[in-house]
Amino acid sequence: MTTNLQTGPVPGGRTAPPALEVRGLVKHYPGVKALDGVDLVVHQNEVLGLAGENGAGKSTLLKALVGLVRPDAGEIWVRGERVRLRSVVDAANHGLGMVFQEQSLVPNLTAAENIVLGSEGPGVRRGIYHWRTMRRLAQEQLDKIGSHIDPLARTDSLSFADRQMVEIAKVLRIEERTSHPPVIILDEPTSVLESKEIETLFTQVRRLREFASVVFVSHRLDEVLDVCDRVAVLRGGRSVGEVPAAGAAPAELHRMMIGSTGSDDHYHDGLAERSEEPGRPRLVVRGLSGRTFRDVDLEVRAGEIVGIVGVHGSGREDLCRALFGAEATTAGEVQLDGERLDLSGTRAACAAGIGYVPAERKTEGMVGPMSVADNMTLTKQQARCSGPLVRPRKQATLVDTWIERLSIRTPHRGTAIQRLSGGNQQKVVLARWLVSGDVRLLLLDHPTRGLDIGARSEVYRLMRELAGSGVATVLLADSLEEAIGMSDRIVVMSDGRATTEIAAPSGGKPTPLDLVKEMV
Amino acid sequence: MTSPAEADTEVVQARRPQPRRGVSLRDAGPPIALVVVFGVFAALSPGFRTLSNVQNVLDAAAVLAVVTIGISFVLMMGSIDLSAPGIMGASAITVALLVANNRNDNDLGFVGIAVAVLLAAGLGCLSGLALVLLKVPSFMATLGVSAVGLGLATLLFAGVQPNIADPMLEGWAVERFLGLAHLTWIALGCVLLGWLVQRYSRLGRYAFAIGGAEEVLALSGVRVAPYKVAVFTLAGAFYGLAGVMVTSQLSAGLVQAGRGYDFSAITAAVVGGTLLTGGRGGILHSTVGVLLVTVLTNGLVQVGVSPYWQGGVQGLIVVAAVAAAVIPQRRRNQVTK
Repeated sequence: MTTNLQTGPVPGGRTAPPALEVRGLVKHYPGVKALDGVDLVVHQNEVLGLAGENGAGKSTLLKALVGLVRPDAGEIWVRGERVRLRSVVDAANHGLGMVFQEQSLVPNLTAAENIVLGSEGPGVRRGIYHWRTMRRLAQEQLDKIGSHIDPLARTDSLSFADRQMVEIAKVLRIEERTSHPPVIILDEPTSVLESKEIETLFTQVRRLREFASVVFVSHRLDEVLDVCDRVAVLRGGRSVGEVPAAGAAPAELHRMMIGSTGSDDHYHDGLAERSEEPGRPRLVVRGLSGRTFRDVDLEVRAGEIVGIVGVHGSGREDLCRALFGAEATTAGEVQLDGERLDLSGTRAACAAGIGYVPAERKTEGMVGPMSVADNMTLTKQQARCSGPLVRPRKQATLVDTWIERLSIRTPHRGTAIQRLSGGNQQKVVLARWLVSGDVRLLLLDHPTRGLDIGARSEVYRLMRELAGSGVATVLLADSLEEAIGMSDRIVVMSDGRATTEIAAPSGGKPTPLDLVKEMV
Repeated sequence: MTSPAEADTEVVQARRPQPRRGVSLRDAGPPIALVVVFGVFAALSPGFRTLSNVQNVLDAAAVLAVVTIGISFVLMMGSIDLSAPGIMGASAITVALLVANNRNDNDLGFVGIAVAVLLAAGLGCLSGLALVLLKVPSFMATLGVSAVGLGLATLLFAGVQPNIADPMLEGWAVERFLGLAHLTWIALGCVLLGWLVQRYSRLGRYAFAIGGAEEVLALSGVRVAPYKVAVFTLAGAFYGLAGVMVTSQLSAGLVQAGRGYDFSAITAAVVGGTLLTGGRGGILHSTVGVLLVTVLTNGLVQVGVSPYWQGGVQGLIVVAAVAAAVIPQRRRNQVTK
């Protein structure tokens, strides 16, 4: 094979500047350092893989590269020239384009319109559509990737895979804006595809490499290694290293993504206080299937914490919601303390003594402008009501008790919950299920998301107390360390199925690597 | 047992829609309903199935059709527009005072009509500007503009009703061509114009896209604000023309010329299959909706239902139509406001 020195990725003998270079990129969000000095180089005609756990900073970095996020510090260089990207259009003018994870097409327009959207050129003259030109422009784009989609088909009538092709065709329109080869960013492109479609996508990626550079982001490491030339790893907002894809093993990447698993002692606090003997089976799930999960068996005993781990798209979040009656199921049965559970809605679940802490605290967990007291007694109507009327004194007594028991730091029970810190908000959300006094099963979907260390350990303490009092808990942890530290048993979900179960008693905890092997 | 990969394929394929262009089966509902309703009334009432009654229905639909075309563009974007009564009132009085009339010596004829329509477009533009510049939700912005229009009309009205004496404008309502009043032909022209705008202009397509996924337009580097203002302006112009048409029918300019047309037009658009959340439906859908509503009104009279019942019946029809339209999209714990 002959390699063009101008464009080929030739180690050591490179003459052209990199297609894209990121130097020391920093981005702060309130309370979080999303990017903490990221460096990254993408050579021309190279497919660079980008790997990292959730929260490693991948998506912030990508958004910065297409002008959706403005970094606080650091530089972005395109072909040896420093650029400032203020918008998607800016980025496109420099040849940077992204295929978004949540597909960004207008569903009710034709594929052709989506492909040329915002840069119709001769397709629209003086505000009037020339459908034939439009169609030709779109066809040219689709031809570039060898796709046979009808350009005049409505976008929402296309399959996921076809829509992705439309997106790639759309992104390639940036070639009309710059004479240089483009850099195409694919954010988790495989997460919605089936295996045959993934093969087609990979063919596309290899084809793109002929005339463009590609940044490929995926949580499936085998895919990353399969399609990429080189893989860069992010952890905690920093670049922690890179490896050539050829010959690298997924395990090597895992280690870099996870880093040293050193001091996670706070998870183990108070483990000894726990009764070592979990009670009888409380939650029994048999063959439960839904939109994104299939044939799941699960058992949680009274006083037991069971962690469910899995990558994005493993179906664990939907399973959790289904157990609360918030997601439709198609088959299977769930029993709580031997009684068949009605999964038709959330009211039945509440009545059965199931509590659910949703991952999106601000939008699903609490009513921001309402008071702590009202948020806490949102579910348990009887506690504050006599018929349709609120009984303020009874409510006050109950709420104050729980504010004290959980040491919730709030100026007053009447303070709007949105003015509390995240940790205290979460305690109120948890307390909602505790005020009733008859909660039997808690479903915790990322209960520590967005909390600082101090608040986290308080939530952990609370979880342990509850388990100690016999509550069964299903935990979707924020990190593998959290799942390992908090759970008595860990169930791994992959592609909608519960594939493996790993015991995690105190003193015999598995390592994150043990779990990752099963997850991917 | 099937392997996970095979099962995957089954699930995905079961959900996969067939690639298609243009209209879907769901769009067929309102036209079928129109045919059925028409058939039922034709069977029930000999008076309904006469040619002259069909002409009546079409003539009666003219003004509502023009208002509905205007509002359809707004609804397509997912906004709402309640400004029709005010804008129609302002335009009705304006045109009555500018063409030959009993209040002053003006006799501007066609120019007078054009000025009234432009004024109406300006009022519509105000709604759009309030929406994009002041970020006032369209519901409130257009309600405000409607009040402004009524205020303007009341000022111009000044206590003495202007009766028009312009032969052309008066003729619109009474003279016929191929059995239909000129107003009806004007409405048909508006339907054609509206359809062309929707199908072949960037304005129309972007209005549709804004209703479908506004964020995507922004991500593609499209500035949506000018298009929103333009849509409200266009809608205003249609209301203005409708106001002129009412003046022609009444031979007089009335402040109340547009009374009730806001809700009738929304009813017609929704019944025709235009979604209030935007992104679905269009001019032809709305036209079918207008005919459906008009046929119902006319048919109920023909079969002897008291006109006092009709308001309530129309209301029930809207709710039923919306419920039918959203059935495919219902999901658990859906929040509807």
